[in-house]
Amino acid sequence: MHPAFSVLIFTVMSGAGYGLMTLMIIGHLAGLPQLQDSTVLLSGGVLAIALITGGLLSSTLHLTNPKNAWRAFSRFKTSWLSREAVFAVLFYPFALTYLAAIFFGGSEVTALGLLAGILTAVLAMLTLFCTSMIYASLKTIRQWNSSLTPVNYIALGLMSGSLLLAALQSLIGGELSSSLYTLALALLVLGAVCKLVYLFWIGKPAGSTINTATGFTQANVRLLDQGHTSNSFLNNEFGYTVAANKLVRMRLLMLVLAFVVPFLLLLTSSSVLLIIAALLTLAGLLVERWLFFAEARHVVRLFHGDQTV
Amino acid sequence: MKLGLVVDLDTCVGCHGCATACKQWNTSGTIGPLSDENPYGKDPNGAWLNRIRTYEVDDTPNSKTVNMPMSCMHCDNAACVTVCPTGASYKREEDGIVLVDQDKCMGCNLCSWACPYGAREIDPSQGTMKKCTLCVDRIYDEKLPEDERKPACVMTCPTKSRVFGDFDDPNSEVSKLVRDRAGKQLMPELGYNPVNTYLPPRNKPVVEMYEPRSVAASVKDWVNKVISR
Repeated sequence: MHPAFSVLIFTVMSGAGYGLMTLMIIGHLAGLPQLQDSTVLLSGGVLAIALITGGLLSSTLHLTNPKNAWRAFSRFKTSWLSREAVFAVLFYPFALTYLAAIFFGGSEVTALGLLAGILTAVLAMLTLFCTSMIYASLKTIRQWNSSLTPVNYIALGLMSGSLLLAALQSLIGGELSSSLYTLALALLVLGAVCKLVYLFWIGKPAGSTINTATGFTQANVRLLDQGHTSNSFLNNEFGYTVAANKLVRMRLLMLVLAFVVPFLLLLTSSSVLLIIAALLTLAGLLVERWLFFAEARHVVRLFHGDQTV
Repeated sequence: MKLGLVVDLDTCVGCHGCATACKQWNTSGTIGPLSDENPYGKDPNGAWLNRIRTYEVDDTPNSKTVNMPMSCMHCDNAACVTVCPTGASYKREEDGIVLVDQDKCMGCNLCSWACPYGAREIDPSQGTMKKCTLCVDRIYDEKLPEDERKPACVMTCPTKSRVFGDFDDPNSEVSKLVRDRAGKQLMPELGYNPVNTYLPPRNKPVVEMYEPRSVAASVKDWVNKVISR
């Protein structure tokens, strides 16, 4: 699949924003001492909303007819993209109410803050889940059509969010909170495990072949002619192919940038290195999202000569 | 009613006439235009609703060339309609034709991702999704003579490899063809239940080969023939 840069930016940024918001609210409402500071909460909230809004705006860039984008709210019953759009917009009033309650009332948990906070966290996770289900619901792409896809999106969103939260807290609070630090380390390991399981899983051959695609299931089938002498929409969208050795290099780059180096930087428990770790993770997740698209092989490729997907 | 096409892979010669007729009709039809990007330039690109691919099936000396025209299959279980967030994609209750409302499409490409048959293509100038309409603007046009109320691709096919009809009617030509010739759906394992059906190539009768024989055998045959008279 062709990796549209706007979609990579969107999923990584909004994933981090939703993860940050959710973890921060849980920590605040659960009474974590380092998160009872309204400056930390407000700056975390603003950062999360900025990331989410930037991501959502970026997602509209890949539309070829954006003047009809407002209609995307209309098919909530059937379309995951529509559900994502609805939940993403519903998130804002609750998130702003929660932040307003902190802005005006301080970090003491009020009834309004509690209710708005819980709803914000739930909507954040729902939106992230819907984003992942857009991909996971496509039977045409074997590498996406799996419960591992939502697991990865949510795990990696929470992971990048936890790093941002720990970095922000240490920057404003002065010293690193040990519970946030442990949480970031644990989520880094969890994220890496989820990603590795996914990488092993997509390596296993399965699914449709050129034989089932053409209906000739008892003989070898080879493409002689694609039928068009120049490029087509289908080639641009689904024919995206990356050399196998480049994929391996990108996988290593992703593992190093998103998981290994941030983990090692976290072990130093220094505030400055923590910020670098958070930024490195975001860069690594961009590579991860690029791979998510580049390694996904749509079944239309079978009609264009691929023997398997 | 369940309208769709039967494509005979035995007789299709791969002339691309159906694709050209389709492009010609639909660039001025209900979903038109069907535009091209850089049509006379170095790297032309454009939206087509029908594409023909050619395959070699089996290995030499038993190999056979098969031309496979593909347009929208108007699936019973059309995932392209389910994933559409704007409601632009819809499947008609009355005849099962899958259409895109050009006024509602926002060009997110998700339906083309959900389609396993590559039936949907973005129009490069309009930015909306285009797909086969089964010539909905021909088949119901009462101003046309009755035998011309067929999709443009079916009208133009020089070998009559494309047949249009109602799959719900067990006595329609398409239903009979599917029964008699063991019609096949493409990629049935995905469960989209495509309506368009492909008739596999017939097994040709074996052509008798000339085998040179020895002089003695020929003489023996001739003698046997003479004696029997």
